[in-house]
Amino acid sequence: MTRKLSPLERTLINRLQDDLPLVSHPFQELAQELGLSEEEVAGHIRTLRDDGLLTRFGPFFDAEALGGAFCLCAIAVPPERFEDVLTKVNAYPEVAHNYERDHKLNMWFVLATESQAAISATAEAIERDTGLPVLLFPKEREFFIGFRVNA
Amino acid sequence: MTLTPQDRTIVEATQAGLPLVTRPFAVVAESLGLSEAELIDRLKQLKAQGVIRRIGAAPNHYRLGMTANGMTVWDVDDAVVDSLGEKVGALPFVTHCYRRPRALPDWPYNLFAMVHGETREEVIAKRVEISSLLGKACRAGDILFSTRILKKTGMRLRGKEG
Repeated sequence: MTRKLSPLERTLINRLQDDLPLVSHPFQELAQELGLSEEEVAGHIRTLRDDGLLTRFGPFFDAEALGGAFCLCAIAVPPERFEDVLTKVNAYPEVAHNYERDHKLNMWFVLATESQAAISATAEAIERDTGLPVLLFPKEREFFIGFRVNA
Repeated sequence: MTLTPQDRTIVEATQAGLPLVTRPFAVVAESLGLSEAELIDRLKQLKAQGVIRRIGAAPNHYRLGMTANGMTVWDVDDAVVDSLGEKVGALPFVTHCYRRPRALPDWPYNLFAMVHGETREEVIAKRVEISSLLGKACRAGDILFSTRILKKTGMRLRGKEG
């Protein structure tokens, strides 16, 4: 379900990875740069969002600064137990997302809780429930990222 | 950090996104009973505190055709992992980059860099670029492709429920 992006759309997607100014007319600068009106810029972004190419436009919050705690976790699930363990793990509302990956550690999920203490408590509960060790990979440092589509 | 009740209201009103109009803050401010200038000031404060990282858009990698997703992991010398992590994170195709603790003996990797691409071959080629950037400081590496999304719930701040 992908569609071809216009050069303008590619530019917009890339520019929206940067920071827009916190001003009354946040699209003004971008509009001038692209030789468009502010209405046109807002309209193109709206189309990209409505077509699902952008998931969201708005402020990006630091989840930890909002008071929550997060931790990447992994379990080496024996293949024959995968569906059973998956049902148990996904039943926890603290499991925010969960990916299957092609490795001995084949289940990777993020725990999102109200406090740091709840991270270890939830991981221990999952260990008891599944009988499998849960490895914790908390973020020690985040590096600046710069995602770009090919222009 | 604790948010003031007003900050919480602002987070709740904007976390699903801003309206795509020429003056989005004016629209949100009106719904909150604030002036546009008051809302912008408060958002600037939240940004200065690090609660807001940026104002922008999140791409949908899948819909953009970037269906291959590889978590590249690296065992990098602790003395240089932070300076190299900055360089890896700045690569245009790396979407997340973190230093995380090792889980020895099974998991020697302390640097995680997520790479998206249209095909696995493309992701593997990008991984080679990371490898050459890391050079001798990197003792080992691996790549874990995602084969299935098992759950995906967006992060949402819950309203105070007493």
